[in-house]
Amino acid sequence: MSDDKVNLPATTADEEHSQVQVAEPIPDPGIEPHEYRITDVDPKAADRVERQIATMFGLATVLVLGACVAYFAIPRDAQIEFGPLAGNASNMTLGLTFGLALFLIGAGAIQWAKKLMVDEEIIEERHPGGASPAQEAATVETWKLGVAESGFGRRKLIRRSMLGALAVVGLPAIVVLRDLGPLPGRALYHTIWAKGIRVVNDVTDRPIKPSDMIVGQLVNAAPANLAALQEESPVEYQNSKAKSAVIVVRIKPSEIQTPPGRENWGVDGILCYSKICTHVGCPISLYEQTTHHVLCPCHQSTFDLADGAKVIFGPAARPLPQLPLAVDAEGYLVAQSDFTEPVGPSFFERG
Amino acid sequence: MSENKFVPPVKWADERLGFGKIGKSGLRKVFPDHWSFMLGEIALYSFIILLLTGTFLTFWFKPSMGEIEYQGSYSLLKGLHMSEAYASTLDISFDVRGGLLMRQIHHWAAVLFIAAMMVHLLRTFFTGAFRKPRELNWVIGFTMLFLGIIEGFIGYGLPDDLLSGTGLRITQGMIGASPVIGTYLNFFIFGGEFPGDDMVPRFFIVHVLLIPGLILLLVSVHLFLVVYHKHTQYAGPGRTEKNVVGYPLFPVYTAKAGGFFFVVFGVTALMGALLQINPVWLYGPYNPAEVTAGSQPDWYMGWLEGSVRIMPGFESHFWGITLSWNLIIPALLIPPAFVTLVALYPFIEGWITGDKREHHLLDRPRNMPTRTGIGAAFITFYGLLWIGGGNDLIATHFGISLNHVTWFLRFAVFLGPVLAFWVTRRIAISLQRADNDRILHGLESGIIVRSPEGSYSEKHTPISNYEAYELTARERELPLDIGPETDDNGVRAPRRALNKLRARLSRFYYADAVQKPTHEEIEEAHSHGHEDEVLELTDTETYREVTSDRS
Repeated sequence: MSDDKVNLPATTADEEHSQVQVAEPIPDPGIEPHEYRITDVDPKAADRVERQIATMFGLATVLVLGACVAYFAIPRDAQIEFGPLAGNASNMTLGLTFGLALFLIGAGAIQWAKKLMVDEEIIEERHPGGASPAQEAATVETWKLGVAESGFGRRKLIRRSMLGALAVVGLPAIVVLRDLGPLPGRALYHTIWAKGIRVVNDVTDRPIKPSDMIVGQLVNAAPANLAALQEESPVEYQNSKAKSAVIVVRIKPSEIQTPPGRENWGVDGILCYSKICTHVGCPISLYEQTTHHVLCPCHQSTFDLADGAKVIFGPAARPLPQLPLAVDAEGYLVAQSDFTEPVGPSFFERG
Repeated sequence: MSENKFVPPVKWADERLGFGKIGKSGLRKVFPDHWSFMLGEIALYSFIILLLTGTFLTFWFKPSMGEIEYQGSYSLLKGLHMSEAYASTLDISFDVRGGLLMRQIHHWAAVLFIAAMMVHLLRTFFTGAFRKPRELNWVIGFTMLFLGIIEGFIGYGLPDDLLSGTGLRITQGMIGASPVIGTYLNFFIFGGEFPGDDMVPRFFIVHVLLIPGLILLLVSVHLFLVVYHKHTQYAGPGRTEKNVVGYPLFPVYTAKAGGFFFVVFGVTALMGALLQINPVWLYGPYNPAEVTAGSQPDWYMGWLEGSVRIMPGFESHFWGITLSWNLIIPALLIPPAFVTLVALYPFIEGWITGDKREHHLLDRPRNMPTRTGIGAAFITFYGLLWIGGGNDLIATHFGISLNHVTWFLRFAVFLGPVLAFWVTRRIAISLQRADNDRILHGLESGIIVRSPEGSYSEKHTPISNYEAYELTARERELPLDIGPETDDNGVRAPRRALNKLRARLSRFYYADAVQKPTHEEIEEAHSHGHEDEVLELTDTETYREVTSDRS
């Protein structure tokens, strides 16, 4: 068929408005004759359906009342353990009774419509969506009259000054949103890590000695000055935590490739990296001991902790920032300084 | 007529509201019947369910990030520090009777709301229901889908649990990648650094007032336009561009649509009772230093997540600035470009085809092979990104390398849509040919007849006149003809290059589509030859054989 298309008349832009005749090549035979349903011809069948529907509505009534009784009768902490059905008895009974009741009301109404209500199709004519030429003319005329009466066309000074005022009137709506938040300033460049802050286990808050860690071990850690913040200001605590979380890992020194300038950032193969992914800021957490790879569970960026935490797979673009470590007088791991670069996801002015 | 009077209360209301004037046409308003017209209804009803259950939840939910020590009845979290938002969500789940049920109905209905809108959008797309005069209603519907997705995501974030907090952290990271304004946007949205203590109360008011209000407004306009335009209908005997054939609003659709609301509510209530969703007590309160492996957002965020996951890690650093292409491309460019393309599709197609007529008869997808192919390409693109959002789960469930899954998807998102387009278009064209065969030669009866001369032929039975009409009741779609290069006076036609592009696109749209047979072709096919003889069946040949290959 498609080869014949060259012989067919092409529609041109002029014909765009013409109504296409769909009733060819076969003329419209009109609506198919109505077929009677069994409920239309057999009163017994119709009565049967009526009883069906009434049963559904009746059952729904019982279930709704059942739901109300269940609300008061079932203790809120009772549990159901019935094969795969397990959970809070009160919620489940309420849901089952009320849900089933709603469903039955709906099913009954639909059954009524489908089986008993007259099902002969009827026809409604469509009318063009837009105005008729006469209506169009009347509307335009009225509009012009209004424009002329207002002098909007003639009084240019009024028109322009009004448009100018209206153009700026929304500005305060934007300006007053200024106090939604502080300006970023240097907030993203710093964490609460500083020289001499101890590295503590993030669950027990205990400081860590190099001898506590065996090769292959990874500890989720935090700065020692974080815990005190929780009482002081829960918000500051969360915000600081979101930036200062670290992982401390001990790797066999022979397997470590130290990036230049970081020769003394580790202690006997113990290295410390930011736990916050440089992609969009999820805490990375899946460590594979044998390969020293750590994987972010959000988007699967993979970092090699033995090689300066450089990215070896996934959408992250930068290595995890490393925290320079040292040992204090009592033999505990401490930071040499804050991170030397912003932690977490990239941002425009980061550099 | 005198007995046909309003009863006093109706009379009272009519004299003040005047609905009596439109009652006759309003009550008998005709809607055509087809299962696919029910999809939008599901969306509407889930929205109503969301309003009802959501109102219930606000009575107990505390939209505050103030820190408290949990002392409720869920013993595993007792004594833990958490936000009031999270604690009150636990209270709703464990201490308010029916609270967990309402939470679960609310979440299921939200998931269903977006799914129904999306499938409704696909129905509208593949049947061409978005064409004039309904382009604006397409845009309104699309806007609701967009708002619904944002609404769903924000609502998912309100309980301030570990999973949703991680989702918000990701969003914050994406916003931060916006050139120039990213950091400032974040500081304004979150009231400073992440997580801060402003996001839950701010998102709460957006979630319960702003977006639902907008959706409610748009739903009203959407429905008003459906009534004003009158519903589209599929082509068929007696169904024309100038009428609408179906059942009246009162009583048939009052019962059917009203009943269907109860069915949707009933099903979501049963889901809320039986199927656990978003068990926030298992995730724990949000902690910016923790995350769970296999974290997944609600399904409708999956494609965005996938887009970000499969992007390789590129970043540019120069002049003291950072451009994170690994976020700008998958999160800030591709999704907006994709949704803009979808939102503007009616206008794009209308421009290409040069079609300015009103359309009330729907297309069968096969009769618009190129549009159907484009739709399949879009679905494939979306679907592959969506799969990307679960690349870790696919890797662990099927025991394949995560890196291989990701690399496969990096190529598949480009090649898959092309392949899907091509295959779908070919299938549509084949189906058109099959339709033409059916019109011209009737049905294969499966009965082989040997003639006295020894030749074999298969009997064909003609299809009914109604079916033949239904199959041919479509337009002859032809590529746009932009006319000659110069007019009679040798003046070059204006905007020639643009129009040439338009003509090329139009050829791409229509050139390979199969045209319906002409009257002459049908006449000839029915009168000619022994090869495909059109014969009535004898009584002994069963009808079953004839119908067995009906599609």
